[in-house]
Amino acid sequence: MTGNVDQLLGSIDAVENGLGSVGYIANRQICTAVYLSHHLHKPILVEGPAGVGKTELAKSVASYLDMPLIRMQCYEGLDESKALYEWKYGKQLLYTQILKDKLGQLFGLTETIEQALEKLHGFSDVFFSHHFLEPRPLLRALQQENGAVLLIDEIDKSDQEFEAFLLEILSDYQVTIPEIGVVEAVTPPIVFLTSNSMRDLGDALKRRCLHLHIGFPDAKLEARIIDTRVPGIDERLRKQLVSFVQQLRTLELKKLPSVSETIDWARVLVLLHANMLQADMVRDTLNVLLKFESDIEAAGKQIDSMTHKARKEAGFVD
Amino acid sequence: MSTSAIHTGVAPAHTGPTISEPLRRFLTVARGAGVRISSAESIDAMRAVDVIGFDDRTTLKDTLSLVVAKSVEEKQIFDDCFDLYFQRNDFAKSNEPGFRSQPQDHEDGEAGGEGMPGMGGGGPKLAAMLLADDRVAMAQAMEQAAEAIGLTKISFFTQTNLYTRRIMEKMGIRPVEREIEALRKEDSDAANDRADRLEGGRERLRDQVRDFVERHLAMFAKGENEKFREEFLKSAKLTNMERRDQDRMRVIVRAIAKKLAEKYGRNRKKKNRGQLDTRKTIRRNMAWEAIPFITVWKQKKIDKPKVMVLCDVSGSVAAMAQFLLLFLYTLNEALSNIRSFAFAGNLIEVSDILEKQDIDQAILKIMSTVGFGSSNYGNSFLDFEEGYFAAVDSKTTVIILGDGRGNHTDPRTDIIQRLSERAKRLIWLNPEYRSSWGTGDSDMPRYAPYCHVLTVCNTIRHLEHIVTDMLKGSR
Repeated sequence: MTGNVDQLLGSIDAVENGLGSVGYIANRQICTAVYLSHHLHKPILVEGPAGVGKTELAKSVASYLDMPLIRMQCYEGLDESKALYEWKYGKQLLYTQILKDKLGQLFGLTETIEQALEKLHGFSDVFFSHHFLEPRPLLRALQQENGAVLLIDEIDKSDQEFEAFLLEILSDYQVTIPEIGVVEAVTPPIVFLTSNSMRDLGDALKRRCLHLHIGFPDAKLEARIIDTRVPGIDERLRKQLVSFVQQLRTLELKKLPSVSETIDWARVLVLLHANMLQADMVRDTLNVLLKFESDIEAAGKQIDSMTHKARKEAGFVD
Repeated sequence: MSTSAIHTGVAPAHTGPTISEPLRRFLTVARGAGVRISSAESIDAMRAVDVIGFDDRTTLKDTLSLVVAKSVEEKQIFDDCFDLYFQRNDFAKSNEPGFRSQPQDHEDGEAGGEGMPGMGGGGPKLAAMLLADDRVAMAQAMEQAAEAIGLTKISFFTQTNLYTRRIMEKMGIRPVEREIEALRKEDSDAANDRADRLEGGRERLRDQVRDFVERHLAMFAKGENEKFREEFLKSAKLTNMERRDQDRMRVIVRAIAKKLAEKYGRNRKKKNRGQLDTRKTIRRNMAWEAIPFITVWKQKKIDKPKVMVLCDVSGSVAAMAQFLLLFLYTLNEALSNIRSFAFAGNLIEVSDILEKQDIDQAILKIMSTVGFGSSNYGNSFLDFEEGYFAAVDSKTTVIILGDGRGNHTDPRTDIIQRLSERAKRLIWLNPEYRSSWGTGDSDMPRYAPYCHVLTVCNTIRHLEHIVTDMLKGSR
């Protein structure tokens, strides 16, 4: 299996083609990152505005490599019992109840408490063994025999303590469970961390990762993305809408439209059977692209000129 | 950290490659320009380059950017740096682009001695190069001369001429100059022609060398200069800040505030050691019949400070006010609530303006609406008492920034006394030195008894200390 992965991630071109085959159009830098991540055994920290395909990248890599995707969504207050492992308390309790009689018999023979304790020590930690361990995403990722893609989503939402806790798994692909010891990865997973820069991440974490910044794509790349994601779209319309969105991104808005919004908008326009960008239609559907009332208002004034320019750039003059 | 650095350091040692000289030098340049690169990252960079190779410039750039630059700003600096560094050999066009050209140059020079013009011996050679306009050879000779005189040590732009001259001397410009002189004396047509050509060549060479030195200065000295300037600015008096430094100052303030915000921005909790929280323990263990598998200990939540700032924005204190506001608003996430007021003759609330607009513009706007008048403290405090006293509670820290010079108006210390009793803390920051408090129209000594903290504040350092104390104090 590892051999297979080595082959699939054999060169930067292979990565590019592979991701393309599962519908993720990546630029050169993204492919370089994935390639390096595999060859240097380093996690990738992906930063960038919302909706440019950070999470999607991890999903696509998983589906290209045919590996399970293990996803861990971070939030404030996330701790190791939810991320790494937990003891199956219920089961432990149940087993002690069931074994009560058995234990009673055993200890019935002893005379003093010291003796009973001595005997108890002889049984070692039956109740704190792998049978009673409930693996959470991180531990599960380490246990996958054929490798896995581990996605730690929105790491910036978690607490700083949790970030520190991740360091061991990120640098050495192992975790320490006090009762059992060090658990090492069977096959090192490919790790993606995503962040929306809600807060600055610590240097220690950044140092252990490759840092990939995905920005908004240029017109050419965006056109290719739309082409893959919205197959039925008219070519002329595609050119116009990409040009329109690119223009929109040069305005001063609270939240700029992202790739995911462009895709949504393209789908909407296809549903409306549009084959040309028209100012009225744009105005009606602008809420797909822009998510703030003030942004819609600000952009609204320039719709006519932008639509016109978009058409011109796509090669139409009315 | 150190263990893992060693760990990663050991692993590639088996596979062989040691960090190559040009890569190391490039990382030095990048570091100087402000990209933070740890030794572990240098090792990673080396491993990555080992995997990727030097062949493709774009891939190399992407790769190093992934490994070395860890934020958007750093990536920007890194890109500039990369481009600057790799255009260095631009007039040695025949050389391979990229890293390789350099070490080869040096090796050639050392091994063959071919291009190594010594002190005097290089003269005729240099003359020949100048006459033939042999750019490749000149580039090589220049690199070597630069190496020999230690050009990487350059640290100030005033040294440009010095280093240019030194490099040219090392390349053997003196004999050439002597030859020109001799030719001029001879004063025949042929001699004059040769002298002209030599002079032309010398001028070209000087331009190239100067260019080369300037680029070096940009790469190697930038970091040093910036650091030096930053240190200086941090302890410079804000009230007489030069206009051209203000932008840079804002950057510094933001950086400090961000750091503090990161440190204090979380909801912090303090454990009360050894006290079991029975209620929470029972609830947490409900699933297994409240048998306490997991114990929960009592904690105290540490509140983020709630801040109200009153800034004097009259002419005398305006400069300080904008930095205080900038500081506090960048710190936003470490504070639970912040309301700000600006006053000169009267007081108005400016929280709205500050929240809605970009801070730099907002400050300008505030200055233009209330600023630059003469201050009346008594009046302004009265405005505050009438309008906003209700919002001050026992959790509020009130910061007043002002020089306490009310132009001989009633200071209304009674309001400050009530405010002091009501608020958690009253901090007064005065940009004037202690020695001038109480002189002229200064009412500072009269306000002093009611302030929990009263301190001089006129540099970024002061500001940093005060805000840090405030954040710590909320424990």
